[in-house]
Amino acid sequence: MSHSLLEIKDLIVSVEDKIILNGINLTIGTGELHVLMGPNGTGKSTLVSAIMGDPRFQIESGQILLDGKDITEMKADERAKAGVFLSFQVPEEIPGVTLEDFLRTAKGSLEKRPPKILQFKKELKEQMKALDMDPSYAERYLNVGFSGGEKKKTEILQLLMLQPKLALLDETDSGLDVDAVRTVTKGIRAFKNRKNGLFIITHNARILEGLDVDVVHVLEGGKIAYTGGQELISKITQDGFGVLGKGVGLHEGL
Amino acid sequence: MKDFKQEKTRVDQADRTIYNVKDRLDPAFLMDSGITPEIVNQISKEKNEPEWMRLFRLKSLKLYNEIPLPTWGPSLDELNMDQIVTYVRPKSTMKAKWSDVPDDIKETFERLGIPKAERKSLAGVGAQYDSEVVYHNVRAEVASKGVVYTDIESALTGPYSEMIRKHFMKLVPPSDHKFAALHGAVWSGGSFVYVPAGVTVEIPLQSYFRLNAPGAGQFEHTLIIVEEGAYLHFIEGCSAPRYYVANLHAGCVELYVGKNARLRYSTIENWSKNMYNLNTKRASVEEGGTVEWISGSFGSHISYLYPMSILKGKKARMEFTGITFAGEGQNLDTGAKVLHAAPDTTSHISTKSISRDGGNSTFRSVVTVTEKAEGSKSAVSCESLMLDSISRSDTIPVMDISCNQADIGHEAKIGRISESAIFYLMSRGLSEDDARALIVGGFAEPIAKELPLEYAVEMNNLIHLEMKGSIG
Repeated sequence: MSHSLLEIKDLIVSVEDKIILNGINLTIGTGELHVLMGPNGTGKSTLVSAIMGDPRFQIESGQILLDGKDITEMKADERAKAGVFLSFQVPEEIPGVTLEDFLRTAKGSLEKRPPKILQFKKELKEQMKALDMDPSYAERYLNVGFSGGEKKKTEILQLLMLQPKLALLDETDSGLDVDAVRTVTKGIRAFKNRKNGLFIITHNARILEGLDVDVVHVLEGGKIAYTGGQELISKITQDGFGVLGKGVGLHEGL
Repeated sequence: MKDFKQEKTRVDQADRTIYNVKDRLDPAFLMDSGITPEIVNQISKEKNEPEWMRLFRLKSLKLYNEIPLPTWGPSLDELNMDQIVTYVRPKSTMKAKWSDVPDDIKETFERLGIPKAERKSLAGVGAQYDSEVVYHNVRAEVASKGVVYTDIESALTGPYSEMIRKHFMKLVPPSDHKFAALHGAVWSGGSFVYVPAGVTVEIPLQSYFRLNAPGAGQFEHTLIIVEEGAYLHFIEGCSAPRYYVANLHAGCVELYVGKNARLRYSTIENWSKNMYNLNTKRASVEEGGTVEWISGSFGSHISYLYPMSILKGKKARMEFTGITFAGEGQNLDTGAKVLHAAPDTTSHISTKSISRDGGNSTFRSVVTVTEKAEGSKSAVSCESLMLDSISRSDTIPVMDISCNQADIGHEAKIGRISESAIFYLMSRGLSEDDARALIVGGFAEPIAKELPLEYAVEMNNLIHLEMKGSIG
């Protein structure tokens, strides 16, 4: 039975004293996939970053609950341990730290004990293969010199290896070619199960092909301006945000 | 290197206490503080040295008293020579077998992992305890190739005494600077390695020494001669317990690299935080020869350290890879020097420095290309990482080029840890401290991968410890 995995209550978030999100209310249940759409600059990234605990964003008021537990005051690493994962729009480059070492360190931190080496290596190899990644990337420094597509695939690889409860995907499909988007979608499909949840920011329906979308939210003016089902996606991608009515999409179309 | 990499394990938790082992001070022989000709004579007598060495010491002492302190680097005003006990000898004399080494000394080394390192197929261990070498062992197969690895005192009185006389402090003359002169006067302990022509020493030779007596200076001398076409990797590592008296380290390393020979010299220096590390290292390289320096400078209160390579022969090469980590109360002035004195010589200097908690790290390089060195190439690159706004990092590159046909490059980068990188790592479950340590470890990785595995692990441990600020 589905229960609420993520619950956001009256969330107000500011950056440098400017209010970006002004009263967000949202619930994602287990086994659900929600999509977050909206014109550029309306705070979609701010929302997922605030859920992850990015210190650049100040939570003025409101609550973020994961599995009923209040994570509003937690630091990013504690949220990660509670089960939150963010696929970054621009993943960071970490010179001198190989992808494999990094993933092993991360997994060890999350599971509070180092992973068994052979099992870990085997799993990594399999997941990389599933994502059409060259196995040599495991030995390369994290994201250093990776193409945009490889960086995004690496984010999905981390998602699959770390198995969080809640995955936040911030435009993981942006800048990817058709094949890479298909691979990312395949990864999302492999991740999705009845116990976890996904919250995906996208401008593009292609990443959602073959995925069951439960709810689509449209962010506008710092609030969830519109909530609907899967049918919203094709409507917006065809006709722009203006189709949703007054106010939505006036600043910038797609 | 590939194999090392695959074996490499990350050690997140390290026990700093192994570096702070302070054994019961029980010296058989403790000199008066301060340095006089009588002391120097006494040192020489105690060692049964040849007369020329006694005279050499006295001449050096005279120079020591004449040469002023350097005025260009970190301040040495607080260095109180009267407090420094120049010569502390443990009870034990030379031992050939591990089982004969006294228990308390053995315990110290065991905590530092010496026997283990030896078991791991290192060719020989010359471990210095205070001023005398107490443990020495060279594996049969190395000795059978004619390789000599011994403490320098025995070499001085044995069949190699003429060779020592010919080379001792010829690269670093006592007149070089005040602490070279001091070294010439009171040097004690150290290693002598001789690799005959054409011999490749497959496994690294390792020497491990540390300070033990409070206030004791350490003046070990390392002399390595690698003949034509031979190869050697020599590793020197040091760690010291912490004390509250000013401590001085004024060692000297002289490396002679023959024609088409190659010598790799690796060190991790990890001195206690009250130490003055005024160490002088120099190599001369003949035609087609190569010297490779790997140098990690941790610890110490103040360091002056600029290993120099003299490229004497055509096509001689040097590579220097170094890392310096300066924390609270530390002023580490490190770098490298190279003298291109023959045509088509090559030098490559690559360093990284990390400073935090108000630590001060200065990189100095001097590249000199003489008129004779046509077709020479030199590339210098230094990268600094400052972990906070109260720490300091400086770069002072000097280039003196006297020939038209030379290719000289210099690159410097200074940066800070990005907060967004920390957030990225924290979002994957790493604590803030671990995220910083991982980034700093990554910054140091190009150095770590040049080191043998145990040393890479040790350096990683040191970085983690330094990052956690667990050292006073």
